[in-house]
Amino acid sequence: MGKISFSRKSLGIPYALFLVLFVVAPLFVLIYYAFTNGQGQFTLANLTGFFTNPNTLGTLCYSFAVSMTTTAVCLLLAYPTAYILAKSRLKAKSVIVMIFIMPMWINFSLRITALKEILTLIEGNLAYYPFANAVIGMTYDFLPFMILPIYNTIVKLDESLLEAARDLGAGETEAFLKVTLPLSVPGIVSGIAMVFLPAMTNYVVLDMLYNSTYIMGSLIGSYFAAYNWNGGSMIALILLAIICLFTLLTKGAEEEENPRGGALL
Amino acid sequence: MKKRRCKILAVFLSSIIMCSALPAGTAAENETQADVPEVTLRVCNWEEYIDLGDWDEDETIDLESGDIIGVNSMVEDFEEWYYETYGIKVNVEYSTFGTNEDLYNMLTLGDVYDLVCPSEYMIMKLMAQDRLVPLSEAFFDTADENNYYINGVSPYIRSVFEESEIEGEAWAKYAAGYMWGITGIVYNPELVTEEDASSWKILNDPAYYRQITIKDNVRDSYFAAVGALKSDLLTSEEFLQSPDYSKNLEAEMNDTSIETIALVQNYLQDVKKNAYSFETDSGKADMVTGKVAANYQWSGDAVYTMDQADEDDFTLAFAVPQESTNIYFDGWVMLKNGIGGDTAKQHAAEAFINFNSRPDNVIRNMYYIGYTSVISGGEDGRIFEYADWCYGAEEDEEETTDYDIAYFFTEEDCEDYIITAPAEQANRQLSAQYPTREAIARSSIMVYFNDEQNEAINQMWISVRCFNIHDVPVWAWILTACMVVVLAVFMVQNAKRRR
Repeated sequence: MGKISFSRKSLGIPYALFLVLFVVAPLFVLIYYAFTNGQGQFTLANLTGFFTNPNTLGTLCYSFAVSMTTTAVCLLLAYPTAYILAKSRLKAKSVIVMIFIMPMWINFSLRITALKEILTLIEGNLAYYPFANAVIGMTYDFLPFMILPIYNTIVKLDESLLEAARDLGAGETEAFLKVTLPLSVPGIVSGIAMVFLPAMTNYVVLDMLYNSTYIMGSLIGSYFAAYNWNGGSMIALILLAIICLFTLLTKGAEEEENPRGGALL
Repeated sequence: MKKRRCKILAVFLSSIIMCSALPAGTAAENETQADVPEVTLRVCNWEEYIDLGDWDEDETIDLESGDIIGVNSMVEDFEEWYYETYGIKVNVEYSTFGTNEDLYNMLTLGDVYDLVCPSEYMIMKLMAQDRLVPLSEAFFDTADENNYYINGVSPYIRSVFEESEIEGEAWAKYAAGYMWGITGIVYNPELVTEEDASSWKILNDPAYYRQITIKDNVRDSYFAAVGALKSDLLTSEEFLQSPDYSKNLEAEMNDTSIETIALVQNYLQDVKKNAYSFETDSGKADMVTGKVAANYQWSGDAVYTMDQADEDDFTLAFAVPQESTNIYFDGWVMLKNGIGGDTAKQHAAEAFINFNSRPDNVIRNMYYIGYTSVISGGEDGRIFEYADWCYGAEEDEEETTDYDIAYFFTEEDCEDYIITAPAEQANRQLSAQYPTREAIARSSIMVYFNDEQNEAINQMWISVRCFNIHDVPVWAWILTACMVVVLAVFMVQNAKRRR
């Protein structure tokens, strides 16, 4: 008996099984429901229904508004933080990074419950500012996902590039704008992808912070609660399409940036 | 060679899995072959809707007829009792559901249960779809002293279950009641007047801007909206004096005409702008912590909320709207695809209902969850004793009121069922636990809607909750257009530069 050696391929089997069972198969079920009616006949009514119903389109707009604002706020908060962190010569840098990750160790709904009390103290009555609350809650929840990728890209930047820029006469600001910022774009892009997409569907935050307007996640849920699995599946599928489109776009942006980095060198 | 090894590994692994599965299977078979017959009963109930035991010593309910305390969970006690009484081992697989719709979806997806506890409209739906097993004749045999349900059910509830029909069949044929209640408004008397809280119109009252929470489900919201919209009609003398009052009331409250649905939609859209929020579970806590001034609530949860507030020395009250109140019943029904003609199983299921209807167990459940049982105890006086124990006035109480709940306990005209309670209880826990005869008189069942009505009402609800694209302000469109233009210009320039 020779010794048992795992080939690379066989190592992938468990994951492939997982993928087929829990990702591919449900996807087919989703597609089946999305393109059939209650009686199981093929129909496009769910698709056209989505794009002709002012409520579903409105919900899409509202979700976009919430998640775009959240992403923008996250980016504005995260970039300077990540930049300062990466550039600081502190020995305790890893500790500080840890502090930013730490909230993620605490259960999410517990954190939002705490946030609810804090916001009530500040605002008095939470129900006055439903949109702002949604954005604050999501920002609180997703901020680490924006900080980490940006921090990672900046920390790995080749210091000699900046030195070269300075040697060639660029000031601090110019060096930042022409070297650091363009080279940290991949981090920004992956940060955006990690915040923007979940923010479109994370309705638990809205529920817990008393925002009674549906976003995409809650809309799908309401269709299922009303036994309309077909309509719900179609919305889920459309959301999936939007996510795919978004990923393709950001991937394009990332690939675009890399040769530029090379060109700089 | 590599490939073959891979195959060997796969066979090896799968055989391990097979082997580990085999002994488990044979063990299970052995057990059923043991001397004692064993039945498995799959029960699905609402979350936190049965006594789970583990009470503190000082929670003992010290009635004159004896102490009652929950040590083990009700389910464990049932298994023990069933074995002692019938000599059959029963193994209860107890699980829970969150909403009637969840339960229905679970059943449709193929989950199999023997005994479930949905609300009356879901029972009606399951009855209409012919998915239920009728209760056996033995279950209604009053001579059997273990038939605690039929010997103890409140005459009032019994008549409701016998008189309410769907497609010509009475609920009582399939369903045994468990808990019941009405809907109303829990309010903070320091901020809200009793008069305001006694109308569904409070939900839309600008005086309480962003201070009231409402139930986040379409049926409850619909009922409240109809009550508010038809307020004038429902409280008019002419309507109240009509000989067909109850029938008319039920018809009005279950009105699903297109015009009414449209009006309800407008009304609820205003409520959304005026209320604190639609809530599924946070309403109770928000009431106790003082975040909101009033809360649309089911009576059982209202009792719970007021109890919680009392612990913090914070007084809350309960009002039943003048227009009408939604009376609801949760009941046990047996499912065809679970029971499947298995008489041993059916016997265990019916015994489970009976065990939960035994007066001491009823009191344990009521104490634990705060809702009101459909059981009045019949010959056994302990249920009334418990109500008196909960709400009866101390001897040194200055202001008391005589609260009559005879309608629930007896069909006869008698004065044995009057609780002398502190005056405030007339609009606090007692009034939620056992509504007054007047509140019951203006109560209405909310029936099960057919698919077409359901579709219309659900669409209405989605329209209320969604942001309408026509409401997107002009500046938002302009802003979006600007962003798109900037992005496009940026990308084009980038591309040019690279070239």
